[in-house]
Amino acid sequence: MTEVKLLVKGLADQHGRTMESLLPILQGIVHQQQHISEDAMVEVARELDISAAQVYGTATFYSFLHTKPLGKYVIRVCKTITCMMHGKNQVIQELETVLKVKLGETTHDGKFTLLETNCLGQCHKGPAMLINDEPYTELTPEKVRSIIMKYKQQEISAN
Amino acid sequence: MSDKVNLKIDNIAVSIKNGSTILEAAEKINVRIPTLCYHEDLCVAGNCRICVVEQTGSDRLLPACAMPVSEGMEIHTNSMKVRNARKQIVELLVSEHRADCTRCYKNGKCELQELSSEYIVGENGFIDLVAHKGYTIDNFSPSIIKDDSKCIRCQRCVRTCDQLQSISALTVAHKGESMKVSSFFDKPMFEVVCTNCGQCVNRCPTGALTEKTYLDEVWTALNSETKHTVVQTAPAVRIALGEALGMPVGEIVTGKMVSALRRLGFSSVLDTDFTADLTIIEEGNELLHRLKKVVKDKDTTVRLPLTTSCSPGWVKFIEHAFPEYLPNVSTAKSPQQMFGALAKTFYANKLKVDPENMVSISIMPCTAKKYEADRPEMRSSGFKDVDYVLTTRELALMIKQAGIDFASLPDDEYDSIMGESSGAAVIFGATGGVMEAALRTAYEVVTGREVPFEGLNITPVRGMDYIREATIKIENVLPEWDFLEGVELKTCVAHGLSNAKKVMEAVRDGKANYHFIEIMACPGGCLGGGGQPIPTSPAIRKKRSEAIYHEDELKPIRKSHENPEVIHLYEEFLKEPLGEVSHKLLHTHYTERNRY
Repeated sequence: MTEVKLLVKGLADQHGRTMESLLPILQGIVHQQQHISEDAMVEVARELDISAAQVYGTATFYSFLHTKPLGKYVIRVCKTITCMMHGKNQVIQELETVLKVKLGETTHDGKFTLLETNCLGQCHKGPAMLINDEPYTELTPEKVRSIIMKYKQQEISAN
Repeated sequence: MSDKVNLKIDNIAVSIKNGSTILEAAEKINVRIPTLCYHEDLCVAGNCRICVVEQTGSDRLLPACAMPVSEGMEIHTNSMKVRNARKQIVELLVSEHRADCTRCYKNGKCELQELSSEYIVGENGFIDLVAHKGYTIDNFSPSIIKDDSKCIRCQRCVRTCDQLQSISALTVAHKGESMKVSSFFDKPMFEVVCTNCGQCVNRCPTGALTEKTYLDEVWTALNSETKHTVVQTAPAVRIALGEALGMPVGEIVTGKMVSALRRLGFSSVLDTDFTADLTIIEEGNELLHRLKKVVKDKDTTVRLPLTTSCSPGWVKFIEHAFPEYLPNVSTAKSPQQMFGALAKTFYANKLKVDPENMVSISIMPCTAKKYEADRPEMRSSGFKDVDYVLTTRELALMIKQAGIDFASLPDDEYDSIMGESSGAAVIFGATGGVMEAALRTAYEVVTGREVPFEGLNITPVRGMDYIREATIKIENVLPEWDFLEGVELKTCVAHGLSNAKKVMEAVRDGKANYHFIEIMACPGGCLGGGGQPIPTSPAIRKKRSEAIYHEDELKPIRKSHENPEVIHLYEEFLKEPLGEVSHKLLHTHYTERNRY
């Protein structure tokens, strides 16, 4: 069995093979592999005896279930109105400059992906963003620059 | 509590069964409420909101298709508020719909277009968003074109593919403004599990899902002086074509259709029913051959139950969903492909026409037949056996284009050599028909007597129940079939792929031990095919079915093996069923396909 087959089978054993098991299984895949590949979706469909398109439909509905490979660090900037009024556009501009990618893209080294997201519930401290599971609030272009530098440093020292 | 509910719709009193919807109550008193996402064959979705009505005492408008009636309700279907709301809904739908109506294949047959005309959607609607949407058109499939720019996301297709067919090749993907009807990873339809059955095409209210048309190619062939055009017509076309040409549902128009085809200029007007009879001989013999191997020779390599192979939607379904059961599918080609293979060999030879100059065209109630004709295996004559497949709808359009007044046409007869057919072939067009036709022949081959049913009508396999079982006891057999003495032949008939799936699961899990299974991909069989006139509903399919069985009874010959032209074909060309020539021209093989 391939790696993805084993992963999906393990998740199905753990969560069950009914329609309700679909979301926990997909979350499990994202947890392990960061994104849900075509192969993984076909395996989920096989395990649950549903169509692969149905798995795809569910996966694409949820912002946090990725269907494309992403960088090691996924940056999600809140795009909703409060954060926008607090200057989220400048934050994104700064991120684009620092990372040298456009919104929706991943850096060449595969480290950072820049995305927008719906409300993070931090309206009183906007603009807000998430890097993987870590929230950052009351952002300014300067603050964003230092946060990204910290991650880059971390990567260099890890190597 | 009474099981009747009393309410008023537009001040007209109506009493209706508890649990009915406002839409059903309105229908009862002939008040029309417009619908889009609603379809009789499908579950209620309530997403398009075009059916909204006003209830006295309530601020909010109610969707008539989804709202159950309640005692004392006062409903207004034509108030100012309702009319304004409906108009805005149509305008909103149109703002995201490529309303390029004059260039649209569904022009004049589009439900959104009708509503736009009814509610006078003028120039002052909402901003046209089509340019910002990045819609794509998938026209890679030989059967079905999916044009997202025409889609209004009513999800009739999604519900059709899920509920009726259990395939879910189409699903709802993404959300909010980017929500769309999509295949797996938005791959082209021909790459995914789509069986090309066309049931979605039959139910799409707009031009988002249509059949791929080959009208231009066929007209070109008809106008070519060097080409000999051979046309075949499927059993279910003759009982539905009239609907698309303004005649009542269930009218049998065989003779008029033959006249029309001659007027259109086809060189030979022949009948798929001829090869339906031939299919019965080949498939019936295959069944008996397999029974002999299993019962007498105890050959464990031969698989039962045998399943039919006439429905190309079913064939592609089993290739995707149950590939381990491909050895159970009859190797006999469908009547369309048997016809194609014989047209460019036996028939061309008879007529002394070079098969290279022959164009073989079929008129089918089916969109999957377009895909079937394109299969690489379907070139046993040395050429593409069937060049172009037209649906019943496309033929109706051709007749209109040619300016033929169909209703006033005289009746005409098919050409000979491959035009004769039995009643057994006609009923191929209804669910259970292939089974009945096969039993009429196989029983007689084994016992020398007719099937023990009054008037040859094997009623247990007829009807519209989704899955029907029938057991026939074989008694007093001829000496060479002595091993079948006393055997109870177990048969099963299913229509609609969701039911096919149930039957195959029962077989897989060892819960059913059938000998022979007939499966038709479409609800009702071919008479409810994806290429048949739109609309379709249980009532329409019932009328078409009655017409088919009526046509069967009108036929002087009722059994496939008594078709004189088929007998002649064996004497002169094929020699024997399952023989060498049959094997080359009339049988095929299947391919395992992907899971998505």
